[in-house]
Amino acid sequence: MPCDDAGKVTDVTQTKSTPGGRGTLYRGREGMWSWVGHRITGVGIFFFLLVHVLDTSLVRVSPEAYNAVIGAYKHPIMILGEIGLVGAIVFHAFNGLRIILVDFWKQGTRYHRQMLWAVLVLWFVTMVAFSVRHLMIFFEGWEGF
Amino acid sequence: MTATNSEATLPAQGIEAPRSGRIDPKYLRSNPSKGSFEMVAWVFMRVSGAALVVLIFVHLWTNLMVGDGIHQIDFAFVAGKWANPVWQFWDLTMLWLAMLHGTNGMRTIINDYAEKDSTRLWLKSILYLASTVIIILGTLVIFTFEPCLVDESGTLLEYAPSFCQNVVN
Repeated sequence: MPCDDAGKVTDVTQTKSTPGGRGTLYRGREGMWSWVGHRITGVGIFFFLLVHVLDTSLVRVSPEAYNAVIGAYKHPIMILGEIGLVGAIVFHAFNGLRIILVDFWKQGTRYHRQMLWAVLVLWFVTMVAFSVRHLMIFFEGWEGF
Repeated sequence: MTATNSEATLPAQGIEAPRSGRIDPKYLRSNPSKGSFEMVAWVFMRVSGAALVVLIFVHLWTNLMVGDGIHQIDFAFVAGKWANPVWQFWDLTMLWLAMLHGTNGMRTIINDYAEKDSTRLWLKSILYLASTVIIILGTLVIFTFEPCLVDESGTLLEYAPSFCQNVVN
């Protein structure tokens, strides 16, 4: 009898949680890749933050020093870098909110996959809007190389 | 028959619930002397993370999405923002929360991947030193910032924001 019960329990978990019959596999699935993405974007943002506090600190050195260094952010290559940076921030932000929902919302663990797809869709929409606006502003005021 | 069934379905009476405080300390995963630091850190990551979404999205909006965007950012722009205590407080909160959030994230990653005790100690020492320097530096910059710089003769420097005209004259 205990054996039967245990068998039934396993069956239910497998069919309910993954229709594809892959059990409760974590590795190589949405849960793992969102975790990898969260780590990589987090480390990248952290190192940018160190640099960003340092460059902003130049306002205490002199206006010329600050303007010269901040001018580097207006170079076309840096404009692409800023789109990459904001892409990392927006993913980390939306996926972070998803993690909070997985932790605190009753249905969070059941819908964590759907929420990852929602994160990716929201990320894409936000990034299209940001990139268009950022590039438009850049080309309007660009004085050439 | 009935009595046996109800006993089987009800929570077991007379058997201690798991981890009800009668476990030999040597089998516990956590060191009691460490206190609840890891739990506080876990909560902090969620609370600060939610706050940072708002703080950073507004920061990106006001600096990059409105006005002249990336072209408007110069000494006068920063001076204009920090003339308002709200933005001083905003940037200060953002600095502290982002640095503590990022430092705790890096601490977790170091704990995960650095296997040698000495490697972990070194990496975390460098991390905490760098974070402390950056937090103190950023805080001092926000509070000691002087927007209306003048030269020896008392005239405003050319990079000064326009509101300095009223302050000096």
